[in-house]
Amino acid sequence: MAKIIEMSEQKDFLSEKTTRRHFLFTAGIAINAIAATLFAIPILGYVLSPARRFTWLNWISLGPLTDYPDNETRLAEYINPFKKAWDGETAKIPCWVRHLSGDQFQIFAINCTHLGCPVRWFSESGLFMCPCHGGVFYADGRHASGPPPRPLYQYKYKLEAGQLWIYAGELPTLGHPEA
Amino acid sequence: MNGLLKSTGKWLDARLQVADAIVSVAEHRVPRSSASWWYVFGSATLVVFILQVVTGICLATVYTPAANRAWDSLIYLNYQQPLGWYLRALHGWGSDFMVALMLIHMIQVFLFGAYKYPRELTWVAGCFLLLCTLGMAFTGQVLRFDQDAYWGLGIGASIAGRTPIIGFKVVDLILGGPIIAGETLSRFFALHVFVIPALLIGFVGLHLFLVLRLGINEWPMPGRVVRRANYIRQYEELVRSDGEAFMPYAAQKDLVFAGIIILSLLVTAAIMGPIGPNGQPDPTIIETVPRPDFFFLWLFALFALLPPWTETVLMLTGPVVAIGLLFALPFISGTGEKHWRRRPISVIVVILIVTTIGTLTWLGTFSPWSPQMEAWSAAPTPIEYVKGRTPLELKGALLVQSKQCRNCHSLGGEGGLRGPALDDTATNLTRDQIVRQIVQGGGNMPAYGKNLSPPEVNALVAFLGTLHPRREPPARDSAQPAIPAMGN
Repeated sequence: MAKIIEMSEQKDFLSEKTTRRHFLFTAGIAINAIAATLFAIPILGYVLSPARRFTWLNWISLGPLTDYPDNETRLAEYINPFKKAWDGETAKIPCWVRHLSGDQFQIFAINCTHLGCPVRWFSESGLFMCPCHGGVFYADGRHASGPPPRPLYQYKYKLEAGQLWIYAGELPTLGHPEA
Repeated sequence: MNGLLKSTGKWLDARLQVADAIVSVAEHRVPRSSASWWYVFGSATLVVFILQVVTGICLATVYTPAANRAWDSLIYLNYQQPLGWYLRALHGWGSDFMVALMLIHMIQVFLFGAYKYPRELTWVAGCFLLLCTLGMAFTGQVLRFDQDAYWGLGIGASIAGRTPIIGFKVVDLILGGPIIAGETLSRFFALHVFVIPALLIGFVGLHLFLVLRLGINEWPMPGRVVRRANYIRQYEELVRSDGEAFMPYAAQKDLVFAGIIILSLLVTAAIMGPIGPNGQPDPTIIETVPRPDFFFLWLFALFALLPPWTETVLMLTGPVVAIGLLFALPFISGTGEKHWRRRPISVIVVILIVTTIGTLTWLGTFSPWSPQMEAWSAAPTPIEYVKGRTPLELKGALLVQSKQCRNCHSLGGEGGLRGPALDDTATNLTRDQIVRQIVQGGGNMPAYGKNLSPPEVNALVAFLGTLHPRREPPARDSAQPAIPAMGN
């Protein structure tokens, strides 16, 4: 290291009189700095592209309303709206549909609000239980016990053409709770 | 023949120019005290890393890094590809060997004060190697694209999602999109196979270069204090007066130990077989109990046991502080005593960290905080608890099963460990207390008031009232002695 500093001091590149060699060296650095910047733009744009989109949410059908009887909570699944041909089974996303009565639904994300594990519904005790860290939620999604910091995530929904639609497409997390 | 070999060697060296470098590395003098069985763990870690590269490249020739095919290709590797099962076993257990050896190496280096002047940056390079290796372990777990991998990604994303403001952007970047899908696996494949190995090889090179140039740490002696002014002169003196050539004097123990490690890995992999994959990475199969690999179990346990209000802060700042302290160590205590007997705080810190992580790992293996999802239908009520009971009590026994009480409470040693065992409920709680606990919950128990009718509560309490050891009577409310003891 010391040798490098010594060498650069002896040569003193910057204060040297303008010679052809010196000019070329400076120009070489400048050209490469510009080239590196230009090269970095597409690389960064490519790698960071998943974060450039503002929202991924879409209206998705969960099938006919008749699939969801009153006063029952059922597992439903939908295909992620940005499905790629090579997604395989991961394109499917499950969610819990609770039909209270009439137009009243609650559609919960499968992900526990603690760390995202799949909560399981137990109709006998009316509880959602998480297999990871012991989070438990009541039938209406309220926190019942364990570490989760908030109620279950809920999808927005609408009823149209005899179908149940939810506004979905993102993995819900605490930073972005609209599933 | 000998002459031909010699002339070939000369011809090669005239063109390759490496003989001098190799000889100077092999013959560089090391303190005699460093030729110890305590100094073999770093080289063994490197050997296992090289094996990981070899087995990893082999696996990459068959494994298919696409979300719709990865799991199938793992099953193919396990059952159809000749010796695929064994290479997967070598790679999987090799990663455990590598992490374990690296941690032992790190503890040894810490206790021997080897990170002190002038070897601060050797330690820093080692810390980068630790991070890279853990990164390989996590991304490798993702490439084993099964249910644990899928929900492990969910856990990672959920932690990242707690970052204030930019949280969900970070999630999108990690997953390569808004949810776990095809791009996620491709991203982790690129990390596991290109990015992190490149970093690892770079830091291994730096680490070894520094060990060669600065010299291996001498065996520490109490009272031999490191001072910036004269350490290097003292070390050179030591190497001159009490040193030996690295080859073969110090290298022989490295060689023997590395050989033993490779043989143990070969045997372990043959006996234990490949690790996973478990079920298909289909998120609609929710009958799953996601668990991380062994070296992340302690974190998994920590997330269950931290007080919830501290979690977000600790999850986000904890790693930064811990890694920061690790990197800062040689700059905080870069000089002074090296011997562990003169550094009691260092010894205590090691013992504390090892016991903490060890205990958390042990807890993680059976996760007492988690409900056992199948217990209510899989763990029967012990026969002696239903013998000679009244119909009402039997109805209660049935409710303990059907209302999933057993998922969190054990009977006769079977069932969840989330709540207390129910075997002696009647000695711990009076009838009124049991009713209150069931209906209102509390102390981390959900309230069951809405899901139990009054007759059901009555039956449950009647059954729970019979649960007490033979010689201990059920608890009684001392304020109301007139109420007869419940149950039998």
